[in-house]
Amino acid sequence: MKNDFEPKILAFLCNWCAYAGADLAGVSRIQYPPSIRVIRTMCSGRVDPLWVIKGLESGFDGVMVAG
Amino acid sequence: MSDVEKIEGDAGNFTVTVKERPRYVDMDKCIACGVCATKCPRKVDDKYNQNLNKRKAIYVQYAQAVPLKYVIDEANCIYFEKGKCRACEKFCPADAIDFSQKEKTYQLEVGSVILSPGYQPYDPVPSNAYGYNDFANVITSMEFERILSASGPFEGHMVRPLDGKNVEKIAWLQCVGSRDTHADSHDYCSGICCMYSIKEAVIAKEHADKQLDTAIFYMDMRTHGKEFDRYYNRAKDEKGVRFIRSRIHSLAEIRDGSKDLKLIYVDEEGNMQSEIFDLVVLSVGITISKDVSSMAANLGIELDKDGFAAASCFSPVATSRPGIFVCGAFGGPKDIPQSVMEASAASSASAALLCDARNTLIQEKVYPDEEPIDNDNLRIGVFVCHCGINIGSIVDVPDVRDYAGTLPGVVYTADNMFSCSQDTQELIRDTVKKEKLNRVVVAACSPRTHEPLFQETIQAAGLNRYLLEFTNIRDQDAWVHQDKPKEATQKAKDLVRMAVSKVTFSEPLAKLRMPMNKAGVVVGGGIAGMNAALNMAEQGFQTYLIEQKQELGGQGLNIDKTWQDEDVKEYIKNLKLSLQNNKKIEILLNARLIEVSGFVGNFKSIVQIDGSQRELEHGVAVLASGAKPYKPKEYLYGQSDRVTRWHELLDNFNKDPEKLEQAKAVAFIQCVGSREPERPYCSKICCTSSVQQAISLKTRKPDLDVYILYRDLRTYGQREVLYTKARKLGVLFIRYSLEEKPKVKKCMVDGKEKIEILIKDHILGTDLEIKVDYLNLATAIIAEGQDQLSRLFKVPLNEDGFFMEAHMKLRPVDCSTDGVFICGLSHYPKPVEESIAQAQAAAERAANMLAMEYVEVEPIISVVNQDKCIGCGLCETICPYGAIHVVQVPGEGFKAENISALCKGCGVCAAACPQQAIDMQHFRDHQIIAAINAGGKNAMEEKKQIIAAKKPGRTSISGFQVSDDYYYHAGHSWVKMEKGGRVKIGIDDFLLKILGPMEEFELPKEGAALRKNTTGLVLKRNGHKAMIQVPITGKVFSINHKVLNNPELLYDDPYKEGWLFALEPLALKRDLKELFFKEQSYQWLEEENKKLLDLLGPEFEKLAATDDKAVFDICDNFPEIGWEKLVNTFFSPKR
Repeated sequence: MKNDFEPKILAFLCNWCAYAGADLAGVSRIQYPPSIRVIRTMCSGRVDPLWVIKGLESGFDGVMVAG
Repeated sequence: MSDVEKIEGDAGNFTVTVKERPRYVDMDKCIACGVCATKCPRKVDDKYNQNLNKRKAIYVQYAQAVPLKYVIDEANCIYFEKGKCRACEKFCPADAIDFSQKEKTYQLEVGSVILSPGYQPYDPVPSNAYGYNDFANVITSMEFERILSASGPFEGHMVRPLDGKNVEKIAWLQCVGSRDTHADSHDYCSGICCMYSIKEAVIAKEHADKQLDTAIFYMDMRTHGKEFDRYYNRAKDEKGVRFIRSRIHSLAEIRDGSKDLKLIYVDEEGNMQSEIFDLVVLSVGITISKDVSSMAANLGIELDKDGFAAASCFSPVATSRPGIFVCGAFGGPKDIPQSVMEASAASSASAALLCDARNTLIQEKVYPDEEPIDNDNLRIGVFVCHCGINIGSIVDVPDVRDYAGTLPGVVYTADNMFSCSQDTQELIRDTVKKEKLNRVVVAACSPRTHEPLFQETIQAAGLNRYLLEFTNIRDQDAWVHQDKPKEATQKAKDLVRMAVSKVTFSEPLAKLRMPMNKAGVVVGGGIAGMNAALNMAEQGFQTYLIEQKQELGGQGLNIDKTWQDEDVKEYIKNLKLSLQNNKKIEILLNARLIEVSGFVGNFKSIVQIDGSQRELEHGVAVLASGAKPYKPKEYLYGQSDRVTRWHELLDNFNKDPEKLEQAKAVAFIQCVGSREPERPYCSKICCTSSVQQAISLKTRKPDLDVYILYRDLRTYGQREVLYTKARKLGVLFIRYSLEEKPKVKKCMVDGKEKIEILIKDHILGTDLEIKVDYLNLATAIIAEGQDQLSRLFKVPLNEDGFFMEAHMKLRPVDCSTDGVFICGLSHYPKPVEESIAQAQAAAERAANMLAMEYVEVEPIISVVNQDKCIGCGLCETICPYGAIHVVQVPGEGFKAENISALCKGCGVCAAACPQQAIDMQHFRDHQIIAAINAGGKNAMEEKKQIIAAKKPGRTSISGFQVSDDYYYHAGHSWVKMEKGGRVKIGIDDFLLKILGPMEEFELPKEGAALRKNTTGLVLKRNGHKAMIQVPITGKVFSINHKVLNNPELLYDDPYKEGWLFALEPLALKRDLKELFFKEQSYQWLEEENKKLLDLLGPEFEKLAATDDKAVFDICDNFPEIGWEKLVNTFFSPKR
């Protein structure tokens, strides 16, 4: 059976690095799956562990914290 | 795009003539979408990528170019060549192409000029260095840099440009064009190549798919910068980069057609070696281009013999023409941190010159008063941007706009072609006013570039700037999902929904302002501290210079000459005078900082002076506490007065010239205490210092034998000239390794005490025994007094005890604590000119802050709910900026308190607080959680569907087979949805089991129109008929001929192979509502079974339906019930 499960990812990106990196991926037209939703934070350190749980609870399959 | 034609006038009053070449693109209109470059038919070698790939004749130099605006390369444009084409103009969605642009000349009235024209990598073509012109796989380090780059022509894959072969073995050859006396080369050291080659080798290894062999062929490894030796050690010991000390004498392509290269070299033991490499990288050095030289000639700037702008060590950023300053590699070979420091230094020298004119050209922006916000009446406006076709061609923008209109609180939506354009900005401003919006969401490009613009706009409409939420549907959506418009549109909707959810909870915030105390403190009165103080005072700010000794000068007092042979003692004398004569400077000697409190703009420090205390209030602080030479325990130091360190030897000779007269031989040992496991850094200045001393001795007494025992001779940059001179004078350089350090003992020769040194000479391969009269040690420079300052100002130290800058390259004089700056030896060992440049840089960064009337802080800071706080202090421990601390509140115990001026808004405290007592303004917990929930909504719905679809369906009910996703008619026919909207019709297992094998069945004709609940097929057995109703109204599209020919199919597989006919439904949705589905159908079938059991009576219960197997052919097995009754009960429902 074909596995067409596409996980929905919630990403917390640091404004200063990972978010800028995601912008650069755009400028460079690097293509990636459209199943990611980004929330910008001023630092990846801002990400409360509770938010990760909230993310999974709200329907996401995975949570990424990048910074 | 501009050139300086000429500079007339004098310092403080220059007229600069600048010629600007036409770009042929209107900068105000260009949105950098890149359509022009896609459409441009002309391909040109991409110079930025070292001609390794092609670009178009309209282009941006590289993805991160500032400004990000396209430019037409006139020399290669078809229109300029042939007079037609203008494809870019046709396709530009922003109407930005302007072929009518002309060269423009500007006259700028300025007070000072800073030159930073940069350098040009050495060109190996004229000298055909290492066969660069002949061998395709010999490339320069700049070419390799582009190969390595993820945004380069090969996207960072380690391939050869020639044949795309995956590279497995690379050699770097150092000093190409540097430390080379040939006509086309330069005899100076370029200073940066060792470090960049190591970096390239390490990154190449990281990028390579498999094991990559990297070898660096070098003469001396010059990793003299801060943290550089550590990097070198890691490359060698952990990453496995090979370092081979050898200058390659020849290389050639091997003759098997592979174009691989064979290197022949002599190893350290003196043996001839040869090795084959895929790629050879020439580590090319720094040169000044002809254009820059001629510009300098034009401007009347004096150049030194190497072509760099001539500058004294005492004024490292001043050129020969007053009022014109220099920074970066035009002033001599240097790396990024030094260039950045010099940039600040040049700006500082400029500011000192023009201090009276400060703030005379400033215009202050005025905003209307903010309207109060009615939180009970949410009025959110959503503006979705097309960005020309950038977003609009992928994301269905009107659809997103309409969707936004359905979200709670949204009262206004619009889509704009270019939201950032002047007219749209005005439109948004007016809309906010007219619609009385109290929250705004903009869905467009990146908030990192455009959020401030929209914040300004809503502020201009009287709305607080923090009531804006900006969501990124271009860079992080349309651009990265170009083949998936549907998903990209869905993503844009999700992002808008998340932004709306977040902005719902936004609150108006005010920027925080605290007054700036316009005085500065400089700690440390050495050369660096004195320069920093003088510069800050010259810029007009009250400065306190704190020195713990009783005189100024620091380590500078021990230095005789700079490497350029300038008198340091004389310089310090004059510098002291300038300081004493400057009314803005107060010099505090015998003084020590003992207490510091406050933050940028408002520091309070207590200084202990000769037993009394004095309080200073200041806005900023510059730390220049210096360093000192290490006192070694080895090499007989302290045990023989013939063993000295640093300047002590020359001091002794100066005091007693007889000693020098009597001496026959003198030796220097380098790296004493430096580059050792316990102190793995290079002290940077020792090689130059010892070489300078050796030259001085050799000049004074040419028959004196002078030995320098070294590990790598690091006379970096233009200091190389000293090394060359020393060798010419006959100074003997003997290399040793860390594993085989020289052995030193006392001995007696002809009744006189001497020092005997045993050392292994690598070149001769033998042990040498040297007897000298005096031994001088170049000992490590170690940090001094930084510990206390580090605690007072909460600034971190690196592993070696030197102050740590906020960013090694980008902020080399800033501390992570705002308002505190560092310079001089307390940052890292460095020569006089670098200390002065860094001091000027620190002064500039400090003066930058002092020039402000107040400290302004973004209100994205932490707030503490003291009712919840339990005073555990975790926040204070983890805050990297010292911006939150625990204070005692009378009667309440300990409570955390935020220090707004220090807070950077990272939010680590909020995430860590176990009590959830800390929150971040503008990124509040409930705002983020609202966004998370909004973001997950869609995913959750999809998930529910998937779960529903995956839930194992029932396959049988009371022994009758069912198919889970079919719809059932009360008359026991079924409907199955087909792709494309047709349906298949069949009869269920219950019917077949009850009525048993049929003799005949009549199906409707193809094309016949059938109405639901009327007879659609007829079953016949033993002369009986059963009229079976059609579940759905529609036209017969086809009938299953297989079943007609082979009725067994119907009994074997009633739900798949046994379908009877296909319908083109007329009103499917409506009809389906009347049928049983899933749970309903299970219930219905269970009821049908009950009815059957009632008919059969209790004794046959078991026979009729046992768990999984129902009895086949009830009709025949129970003739007493009868066909008619069965048909009427089950298969002819009345509607």
